[in-house]
Amino acid sequence: MRPAIWLLAGLALCLFAISLLTGPAGIGPVQAITALFGLGEGPMPIVMREIRLPRAILGFAIGAGLGMTGAAMQGYLRNPLAEPGLIGVSGMAALGAVLAIQTGLSQVSGLALPFAALLGAAGGIALLFMLAGPRGGSITLILSGVAISALAGAGTALVLNLSPNPYAANEIVFWLMGSLADRSMVHVWLALPPMLLGGYMIWRTRRALDALTLGEAAAAALGVSPERLRYQLVVGVALIVGPATAVAGAIGFVGLVVPHILRPLVGARPSALLLAAGLGGAILLLGADISVRLILPERDLKLGVITALIGAPLFLHLIWKTRSGGRL
Amino acid sequence: MLMRLQNMTVSRRKRPVLNDVNLTLDRHELVGLIGANGAGKSTLMEAALGLLPTAAGHSNLAQMNASERARNAAYLPQSREIAWPVSVEDLVALGRIPWPGSGTAISDRAAIDAAIARMQLQTHRKRTALRLSGGEQSRVLIARALAQETPLVIADEPIAGLDPAQQLACMRIFRELADEGHGLLVSIHDLGLAARFCTRLILLSEGRIIADGTPHEVLRDDLMQRAFKMRTQRIETTHGPIIIPI
Repeated sequence: MRPAIWLLAGLALCLFAISLLTGPAGIGPVQAITALFGLGEGPMPIVMREIRLPRAILGFAIGAGLGMTGAAMQGYLRNPLAEPGLIGVSGMAALGAVLAIQTGLSQVSGLALPFAALLGAAGGIALLFMLAGPRGGSITLILSGVAISALAGAGTALVLNLSPNPYAANEIVFWLMGSLADRSMVHVWLALPPMLLGGYMIWRTRRALDALTLGEAAAAALGVSPERLRYQLVVGVALIVGPATAVAGAIGFVGLVVPHILRPLVGARPSALLLAAGLGGAILLLGADISVRLILPERDLKLGVITALIGAPLFLHLIWKTRSGGRL
Repeated sequence: MLMRLQNMTVSRRKRPVLNDVNLTLDRHELVGLIGANGAGKSTLMEAALGLLPTAAGHSNLAQMNASERARNAAYLPQSREIAWPVSVEDLVALGRIPWPGSGTAISDRAAIDAAIARMQLQTHRKRTALRLSGGEQSRVLIARALAQETPLVIADEPIAGLDPAQQLACMRIFRELADEGHGLLVSIHDLGLAARFCTRLILLSEGRIIADGTPHEVLRDDLMQRAFKMRTQRIETTHGPIIIPI
């Protein structure tokens, strides 16, 4: 394994630890570690185990998931502009969540919103397979994903448009910006198992993604089944992106920018990029989530705002590099 | 027998593209596939590999499962695609995907090194494949197919876009491979090089095989007239025949 991977892994772990130590409660490092194992007095163990730990775990897992699925989608479509939202699952998950907020279901139980979002994601993936069919190439897949995204976006806009309740509308807008604040271990248990399964499915496609470097015909001749690859990839991405959106809202730019930045670091091999982009995504999201808590702790700055603020300039930098003779 | 096609018929959009093709290919053969544009050369190759659905007939390769076939036949498609800026070495290593070992086992390293050496790419090893010239990229992609170490190699216009010296070198390498016991099916437009290096030629016209034999038997004026709609003149030299369209 290249040293760059170890560096990324070290950085991700550091940020995970910093995330655990960041918060308004002002707990010292030694106290924090003892509290994490259930020792210590007062509210500290609860703060560490029920508030900060789930937040750090979700930051790591969702960042890693978005980075990895971004790398997988770019590898599969052989296009550096692809991103995990392209298959429409995140849009449908957001629509599910928005409906839960609008109908007041999210007030009834804390888990109604993520469940509604997961339901939306499942609907999205079913719709995708219906539209794109069992065979069909990658172009059909993108077109179907774009259509579903547009439909979900229109649905969300319609809900906002017709919302009689300004508080609900406000809540929807803020939810759509994405956040990891006030998540519990229940959210972790809800999101982590499907995300791990999705990660495993995507990891299994790595050699097929490498083969696709040579084009679809050469990859098929190397033993890659296009139908099987597409199925594994789409289900894997959905299993990661659906739960991620359900517990954290729509967080953009991670899946697009991270694989892009790290590609030269791993010699551009799609298989090597999966792991690197996963670690890079975790770094970006944990970093963004820490800065959200440090910059304006009292104003509840949203995660999606920060990732876009970091992501867009990085993207501009890449465009600048491409313009001056490089290649995407 | 490395490849056996029996009564193979392929239709695309209800139009027959290949009609009742019978073809066998054995070890030690370098078979040149010639024919006009649109005669069905690429279709024949892809259908033989099972990458295209066939309307009728059999191909022994298409009947294998995908990974078994990939260990028996390497395929170099006509379109030279390289999607990412990977190094020459990593690109050649993609040929090892059908084999266990993830491209890092000793046998994998040996196959990659041998393919790079055979295509004389040692000095380009660490360079980014996308930054090479078109002809150099073609050689890298041929090396990728050789690294697959299959008994059969199917290459669609492998020498198109190479300079004359490289075309010659490439055909020599193919002949060497055939002499070592591989079987090769190579589509080619340079009839002179085909006549010099191929052990056998197959002439396709409108989806049918209209001639199958030694270069001398196939490159007859009447057959050329029928396949290419042109007259040719043959000049025998000490290095082999030259075929001039007139």
